[in-house]
Formats: sequence, C-alpha cells, structure tokens
Amino acid sequence: MKISRHHTQGLAKGVIWVAAFSTLAVMFWILYQVLREGLPLLHPDFFIQAPRQMGRAGGIFSTIIGTIALTVVAIVIATPLGVGTAIFLQEYTRESGVSRVIRFGTDCLAGVPSIIFGLFGFVFFVIFLRMGWSILSGGLTLATMILPTIICTAEEAIKSVPYTYREVSFALGGTRWQTIRKMVLPNAFPGILTGVLLGVGRSVGETAAVILTAGSSFITPDSLFSPIRTMAVHFYILAREGISMEMAYATGAALILLILAINTVANWMMYRYAHKA
Amino acid sequence: MSKEKILEKSFLLIALSSISILALIAFFIFQQGIPLIWKVGLNSFLLGDRWFPSKESFGIFPMIVGSFWVTLGSLIVGVPLGVACAVFLCELIPPTIAMILRPMIQLLGAIPSVIYGFWGLIVLVPLIRDSFGGPGLSILAGSLVLGIMILPTIISISEDSLRALPRTYKEGALSLGATHWQTIWRVLLPAARSGIVASIILGMGRAIGETMAMIMILGNATQLPNSILSSARTLTTNIGIEMGYASGDHRQALFATGVVLFFIIMGLNSLALIISRKGRA
Amino acid sequence: MPIRLEESSFMEKQAKIAIQNFHFYYGTFMALKDLNLSIQPNQIFAILGPARSGKTTLLKSMNRLTDLIFGTSHTGQIFIDSQEIYGPEISLPELRRRLGMVFDLPTALPLSIFENVAYGPRFKGLSEKSRLEEIVEKSLQAAVLWDEVKDRLQSSALRLSGGQQQRLCIARMLALEPEILMLDEPCSGLDPISTASIEESLTKLKEKYTILLVPHNIQQASRVADRVGFFLEGKMVEEGSAFDLFTRPKNKKTEDYISGKFG
Repeated sequence: MKISRHHTQGLAKGVIWVAAFSTLAVMFWILYQVLREGLPLLHPDFFIQAPRQMGRAGGIFSTIIGTIALTVVAIVIATPLGVGTAIFLQEYTRESGVSRVIRFGTDCLAGVPSIIFGLFGFVFFVIFLRMGWSILSGGLTLATMILPTIICTAEEAIKSVPYTYREVSFALGGTRWQTIRKMVLPNAFPGILTGVLLGVGRSVGETAAVILTAGSSFITPDSLFSPIRTMAVHFYILAREGISMEMAYATGAALILLILAINTVANWMMYRYAHKA
Repeated sequence: MSKEKILEKSFLLIALSSISILALIAFFIFQQGIPLIWKVGLNSFLLGDRWFPSKESFGIFPMIVGSFWVTLGSLIVGVPLGVACAVFLCELIPPTIAMILRPMIQLLGAIPSVIYGFWGLIVLVPLIRDSFGGPGLSILAGSLVLGIMILPTIISISEDSLRALPRTYKEGALSLGATHWQTIWRVLLPAARSGIVASIILGMGRAIGETMAMIMILGNATQLPNSILSSARTLTTNIGIEMGYASGDHRQALFATGVVLFFIIMGLNSLALIISRKGRA
Repeated sequence: MPIRLEESSFMEKQAKIAIQNFHFYYGTFMALKDLNLSIQPNQIFAILGPARSGKTTLLKSMNRLTDLIFGTSHTGQIFIDSQEIYGPEISLPELRRRLGMVFDLPTALPLSIFENVAYGPRFKGLSEKSRLEEIVEKSLQAAVLWDEVKDRLQSSALRLSGGQQQRLCIARMLALEPEILMLDEPCSGLDPISTASIEESLTKLKEKYTILLVPHNIQQASRVADRVGFFLEGKMVEEGSAFDLFTRPKNKKTEDYISGKFG
C-alpha cells in the first residue's frame, strides 16, 4: 500500500505540531511554575530588607545592591571598550590582517564558558591584582564577558548608518572624528543602547563567574572592594543548600521579572529603531 | 602628530582589547593549570578515572565522560525539537503569531541557567527518581534540562536561516507540484543546512560550558558514570563545585580542568568557523 | 583640441582651476584619462556626457572625496588658484570647504533645517548663535528657500519635499562660503518648477562663484552653461564655449551625442 504524499504531509505536519507545541509549552511552563510560587511572596518588604538567618528570612536588599553594583561596573567598563572597538572596525579600517585578528579575538571570547571567566577573574583580579573578592573584581570579570556582545551590536548599529550621511559630512568639511561624533554615533545610538541592555541582562543572570570573583557575602556592601552576592547567586545558594524553598521561589520570581523587564525594553527599542529607519 | 592621527591610534588600542583579554585568559589559566598537568602526566590526568584531591589523585576521565554524555543527551533532545520548532514558527503558523512567539522564545534564552537548574531540581529529579529509580540526580536529568536550555539558541538561529532563504526556493518547489511538507523537507531544510549546523554547534558550545544548572541536578559523583541514571560530574561542575575550597595542587588541578575545557571550546569554535566559511563559499 | 595649459600663459594666470595630465584609477580601472582642462572664475562649466563617463569621478576627485574609497589613485595634477590640491600640506577639511558639493540625490541630514545648514560652519569652529543664524538666513535666501522655511527652521529637514531638500543642500553648501560650487545632476528627480528655480539661482550665483555642473540633460546645459566639456568613457573629447559646442561641434562623437544618436 503506497502512502500518498498528502498523508505523509499530514503525518509530518502533525508530528511537528505536537513536538513544537509541547516543547514551547514545557519551556513556558517552567517560567510559569517559578512565577506562580514566587510572585505571591513578593511584597515591598522583600526588596527592602536584608537577608536574615542565612537567607531563611528577611529580604534580598543587599543582593539587589550587589546586582546593580556589579552590572554598573561591567557596563561602565565594557561599553567604551566595545563601542570603541566597533568604531575602529567600521570607520578606521577595512578588512585587513588587523581587523581579522580583532574579530577572531572577539568571536573566541564570545565562546568562552562562564566558569573559565570565573577562573580567570579569580586568578587575575582577585589574586594577581589583589582586588580580593569584591564588586570591582566581579564587575571587571563581567565586563570581559559582555564585551563581545557590545562589540557585535555596536558594529551592527554603526553599519546601519547610511553611507551618504558620512559622505555629506565629509563633503562639508568634517574630519573623520567629527563625522563619527556628530553623524555616526548619534544615529547608531539606539542600536548601541540595545546592545548595552543585552549586556545588562547577561550580567544580571550570570552566576558561575560572579561567585568566584565577587564572593557570596550577603552583608550590604560599603565600598567597591566589598564582597557581595547578586540575586542570581543568592538564588543558587538558597536552592542548592536547601535553605528555604520559599525564599528561593521568591528570589527566582524577582530575577525572572527583572530579566523580563530588561528584555522587553531592549525589544521595544529594537522595534522602534527599526521602524524609524 | 595631529589630533586625528592620535584618535586613530587610540581607537586601534581600544580595539585590541578583546584579543588582549583572550590572551590574558589563556595565559593565566595555562600558567596555573599546565604545571599540574606536567606534574601528574597528561595521560594519567586525561585518562585517569580516580579523582581524590586529598590523596593527590587527579584523573578527570569521569568528568570528560560526564561532559560527553550530558552534551550528547542535550543535543538528542534539543536538535530535533529545536529544528521542529523552527519549522513550526517559519512555515506552519501565521506570521503574526510567529512575530509574537519569537521575542518570547528570545526571552526564554535570556533566563539565567540557575532558574532552569532549579526547576530541574524541584520537578525533574524527583520525577526521574520515582519513575526510574536511582538518585534522580542523573545524566538523564542533566540532558533534559540542558536540552531545554539550548533550545532557544537552536530555534532562533535555525529559524533565521529558514527565513533568510529566497522566497523563490519555496515558490519554485511548490509550482513544480511539491506539497508543502515536501518543500520543507527536501528543499528548505537542506538549503538552510549551514545555518542549522551553526546553531547546533553554538548550542553545543553552550551545553559544554554550562555549570550552575548542572551542579544542581547532576549529583556530585566523581566515579565514572555507568548509566543514564548515574550521578556524574562534568568538566565544568568539577571546577564549580570544588573551587570554593580548593588550595595548592587541588586548586591547580581545577585550573588544569579549565585548560582542557579551553582547548575543547577552542576546537569547537574553529570547527564552527570552518563550517561557516564552507557554507558561505 | 582641448586647451593645453602650457600653450597659454594668459589663461594660466587667470584660471581658477587648472587640471594637467590627470588620470584617475579605481584600482586598475582608469576612470579619467589624460585630462587637461582649465576653468576660468565666475563661469558655469558644464560636464556633459553619457553615464559612466567619469563625470562624478571628476567632481569627487576635486574635493578628494575619492580619498575615502579604498584603492583609488591618480597621476597628474589639479591646481586651484595655482595650488596643487593633492600636495602634502593640503588640509582636506579646508579643501572641501572651498569646493562645495551638491549630490545627485537630495541628501538632507537627519537634523533640523537650521542644523543642516549650520552643519558645515560648526565644523569651522563657529558656535556663536547670532553668527550662525545670520549665515543660515543668508544661505537659505541665496538658495531661494528662505521664504518657504523661515517659520519652521527647527523642524526636521527630512520632511521637506525633494525640490526643497535639494535647495537645502545648496544652502548647506553656500553656508561654507566656498569659492567653487560643484553640482552633480542637482535637478534629477525634481519637477520642472524646482528645476527652473535652481537653474535661475545658478545664473545668479556665478557672479560670486565658479560653478562646475553635471547637467541632467543636454537642454539644461544649453540653458545655463558658459562653457561645456564633453566626456566619453573617461576622456574629455571636446571642450569649448556652450554656443560653439552646441551649434558647431568639432568632434563627430560630440555631434552624435548632442543630436541624440546615443545617450
């Protein structure tokens, strides 16, 4: 009995439908579960209080500070480096030996696992540069991790600025730097900002590298050299040590909401930017 | 030197940062790890199956095996389902719905791995323990969770590859009398092959490098895993679990594990570059 | 025969622009062949010819915008007021301010109308508000655009019509206070009224400036040009006064082009 092509198609499509539907369903269900348990536990006190009893009670205030501090350090370092690299690749050079080496370095850096960054940050920032487990060590390590992302998105943003804008600017007597500063960068800004937001999202969720470089103290930090734990690290410790499932759910929910907010803003920016151009 | 020249040189310096960081990473990891590999001997380090730091026994073969099985398992889970979802998004549902789903899938890819690990710990591990016996903290659990984690990567990139195909491919096939499915299976998927392969390699890189979720659900066993239900360690979890309290030779052994990981990832990266260049040519 | 510079020292002393034995290459492709040309001040010189005959290349090699393209090279010399523009001491930004350029597509920058015109002067270091306002008004008036936009100088230039944008580009160029104006098919895509108003401004502008024009068609050249050079595949085949070239061209190819036998 020969199965008709249409039967084959119906079968194949049916299988795909089931597979895709259930896959997507499971993925969303994972988020749903954490949010369902954790959202009810989120009240203002949770965000304002510091963790008590090793995290069994209280809130996550110090971890929020830690997350913000680490992210700010990472962004402040990585953005100028990343945008500067993108400017060099797009405005000051063509495809050549130098640019190929730079791109190779960036691509490889993008593929390095986070635990290796953690090892590196530990031996380089914590030990060698004697920064100790600190916001600075953690932030600098995160900066190296998000650098490839920022370079990539900044390059795309700069590339999308029409060539005529540059040509006109030069024809009107602009130098290369004047043209970059007054024509290219302002027009590439939304795209660059999107890349920065992606970097923020990555910093917020990163755990392995942070534990090894920023420590895991939940005491509210008082300087850049204080050790600190981020929300993601706090969540991990709560879950793994089995300290408090309630607190873990709550922290997890807060983490998901934060990532959701950052991603939504980034997507909205990309959407608006694409439609303006 | 004119201001413009100074600026150009400054930007060059900035642009060298990524390759410099890479060099620094390689240097310091190697500086810490290579001496120990030298001391223990490459063979007994890579192929030794006893990991007893307290007794100065450093064999990481169980971890290599663990990494291998977990990664393979994640690909078995992630690739068929991921490509299926990509086909689903691109060909089987209306574009407006796909436009809504796409950022949601991207969001799933941005969720921290610890969340997935947590879910695995709370839901999957007890499920496996109750259904199949064993500790539940197993390679099976790890593969499933890791497979789910790499799905967004595989879906996004495969779907982009499918969408980037010229419309003439599909229209041409259909106008020759092929059914929709035949078009997908015989024309579109093969044409998008290089993009799909790229997504798989990227997913594989992500799988090999995953640490926190695996620590949470693979168990802590340092013995060679003998079944899919065994607890195990991967190269990454080996480092992540013990780095907090290791010192001396023990710590250097963890860096040495990092060296091995580094080579594996660089090998994978180079493979990806070669394949992507072949695909473009 | 094209005028050779050595043959006429009177011309040499008077010439605003003097081009000698100029060849221009994109990589190995020769886009301009053995060009010898001198252009007097305060006249409109039309660069006539079919597509891909090197007209835009000529303009862009004069303000050295071609330097931006990788792999370009040249032999020969171009003098402006007896100064070699490819010489080592030449400041590119200054050169490009002396030779204003308008492109063949309206290229308003994504800024307000005011900022578009003020863009060039700002590079010179001018930041005083009253001075900028003065220059902007003067330039927009010279480009016959002031009356239409004087009430909305802060609005985006991208909202102007094609003809208005092109006049904005002219104003932008004039704000630099250049000596030489180069216009590359400035009326392409414009309606006849805008075209007429631009052609009218050109005739007024030549009192102050030397103008190089790539005309949109032969008729435009015959309307406004004082002298015309006919280019074919990178070579200047013939050059002379507009009247002479159009009524009794010396070269067969010139005659064929003018009578429409090819385009």
